Amino acid sequence: MTDAAMSTTAVKAGGPVNAVLNRLVIIVPYLWLLFFFLVPFLIVFKISLSQTAIAMPPYTPSFDLSEGIGGLLSGLKELSFDNYVWLTQDPLYFNAYVSSVVIAAVSTLLTLLVGYPIAYGMARAPTTIRPTLLMLVILPFWTSFLIRVYAWIGILKPEGLLNQVLLATGIISEPLIILNTYTAIFIGIVYSYLPFMVLPLYSALEKMDYSLIEAAEDLGCPPIMAFWKITFPLSIPGVVAGCLLVFIPAVGEFVIPDLLGGSQTLMIGKTLWNEFFANRDWPVSSAVAVILLLILIVPIVFFQQAQAKAQEQGR
Amino acid sequence: MKSLGSIRRSFAPWNDPNAKPYIRFENVTKRFGEFTAVNDLTLTIFEREFFALLGASGCGKSTLLRMLAGFEEPTSGRILLDGQDLRGIPPYRRPVNMMFQSYALFPHMTVEKNIAFGLKQEGMPAADIARRVAEMLKLVKLEQFAKRKPHQLSGGQRQRVALARSVAKRPKVLLLDEPLGALDKKLREETQFELMDLQQELGLTFVVVTHDQEEAMTMADRIAIMDKGQVMQVATPAEVYEAPTSRFVAGFVGNINMFEGKVADRQANTVRITGPSGAEITVENAGDAAAGADVAFAIRPEKIRVSSKRPADAVNALQGEVYDIAYLGDMTVYHVRLGDGQIVRASSLNAQRVTEDPLTWSDSAWVSFRPDAGVVLTR
Repeated sequence: MTDAAMSTTAVKAGGPVNAVLNRLVIIVPYLWLLFFFLVPFLIVFKISLSQTAIAMPPYTPSFDLSEGIGGLLSGLKELSFDNYVWLTQDPLYFNAYVSSVVIAAVSTLLTLLVGYPIAYGMARAPTTIRPTLLMLVILPFWTSFLIRVYAWIGILKPEGLLNQVLLATGIISEPLIILNTYTAIFIGIVYSYLPFMVLPLYSALEKMDYSLIEAAEDLGCPPIMAFWKITFPLSIPGVVAGCLLVFIPAVGEFVIPDLLGGSQTLMIGKTLWNEFFANRDWPVSSAVAVILLLILIVPIVFFQQAQAKAQEQGR
Repeated sequence: MKSLGSIRRSFAPWNDPNAKPYIRFENVTKRFGEFTAVNDLTLTIFEREFFALLGASGCGKSTLLRMLAGFEEPTSGRILLDGQDLRGIPPYRRPVNMMFQSYALFPHMTVEKNIAFGLKQEGMPAADIARRVAEMLKLVKLEQFAKRKPHQLSGGQRQRVALARSVAKRPKVLLLDEPLGALDKKLREETQFELMDLQQELGLTFVVVTHDQEEAMTMADRIAIMDKGQVMQVATPAEVYEAPTSRFVAGFVGNINMFEGKVADRQANTVRITGPSGAEITVENAGDAAAGADVAFAIRPEKIRVSSKRPADAVNALQGEVYDIAYLGDMTVYHVRLGDGQIVRASSLNAQRVTEDPLTWSDSAWVSFRPDAGVVLTR
């Protein structure tokens, strides 16, 4: 109670000048979001309602501001939801969305399974070597993402590093076909997004008081049960954060399916790329992007609610 | 019957040669790398005893507690509980429970679930768990907080939840690691008495680790004073205070004046000690100090009388000058500087409102005490 009272007086003591400054500081991120998120989104949304045309830019109507309000209004009349209807008529898009979400979900689960033991090991490591371990997790970011994914081609291809090693050691007699399959996509996503899973998990596990585990054991709980009853429940905010940080970018992933998945695999990022660059159909690819955004906003909202709930719980 | 201190204890199994030890540390040593936390320690604790391990931080008292709980294994030696060697038994199979210094309440569980946690591990039927939890909540007076999470409670309430959780399983021994360390002074004093009542009510053996001597003195039946991984003395609070066996214990508990000197002569149980400046002190019941030995005479401030003239009947009296006076209301503390420069601390209870023989700064004064007022320390 006294704390709350004190902080109230502290805010009041700031005076009107500070209050204005505080507002300005808050406005900055909103301006950023307005110009670099909302405005571009509205442009994409408008293009998604347009029709493809052989023109520059390749769609109609393009608002001509020289014609004034009249031109704007006549342009608005030409807008339609035809492209969205089109997306429902060709099963390609539906399949690509579903396949993307499934691939992203499976990859997220795999990343969690790989990342949790790593984060747990880091959090339990001696404090002196934790900064080094943290550095090792972040280290891959120092090389271009594209190059790292490209390197996996060299590892996974039939005559690649992995097959050479396995053939040489006699574990297999025929080269494994991994490149240009979904397996390659999973490997690529798990590899690329692992730090995004490990870091929030580590921060959740690291701040956990080890005496809680001792208390659980003291009360008759064997170590493995103590993990499931104490450690894991307390790391759930980290699990949620890590999963969303992997799932959201993985759904729209283009580079990994394009380089590792070959032409047979289906993901929405690749479909969008094809519509945009191969077919030069800006309106349809815009519609694909808008729907993708909607699919992604759902988990983001879920994430924010989970975060708010976690903050409410005070831990 | 004469007794040390002001309490006559009826519960004193440590004086009974036939009493069966309940917890026994036998030559226990614990090393962490190069550091020896506990050094060849032997200690006996009896059933239903309220036992305190007292010492400064790093003296090994917490390590001793953690070995009893099973979080650490002794490097050598053994620990027996009710006749059973505890070596190799993991914490979750030991019939002891611990109340942690940080309380270690599970933040994602309600008060109720925290208390029920240990009972569920035991596989107790749900109805019995509910009954026991209700009983525990009543015991610590937290009935209306059952559905709260730990972060919604005050420090004192959390402490009580931790206590309820640790006694819910009715362990053979309850270990308490600085149980009152995080509470403010007033709450701490109240809780000390609550803990003593609880121990009586449940009839459990309590082993408490503390660095607060007042806390140990108030609550414990016996105190083990520890230093550098070893037990310096195990005794009742009154014995520790009135009959310390070493300079360390004498200096660690309460205030004390120490006079270093040599035993000039010894007749039966009475010795005469001469200080470097030639001052003489006669002590009765002087223990085992032999003639010629280097000893310290230790005496508590409240056992020393300060007066402006040498009391006629005084066996021991030393002259000095009043160096400092602190009037504390209930008592007055005098610092008297003797001829050799030693400062003697004396406190006198202000039992009367009017003093016959008031003293002021720089007055010439005599400090006097009875021959049985202090102890001779050889260690």
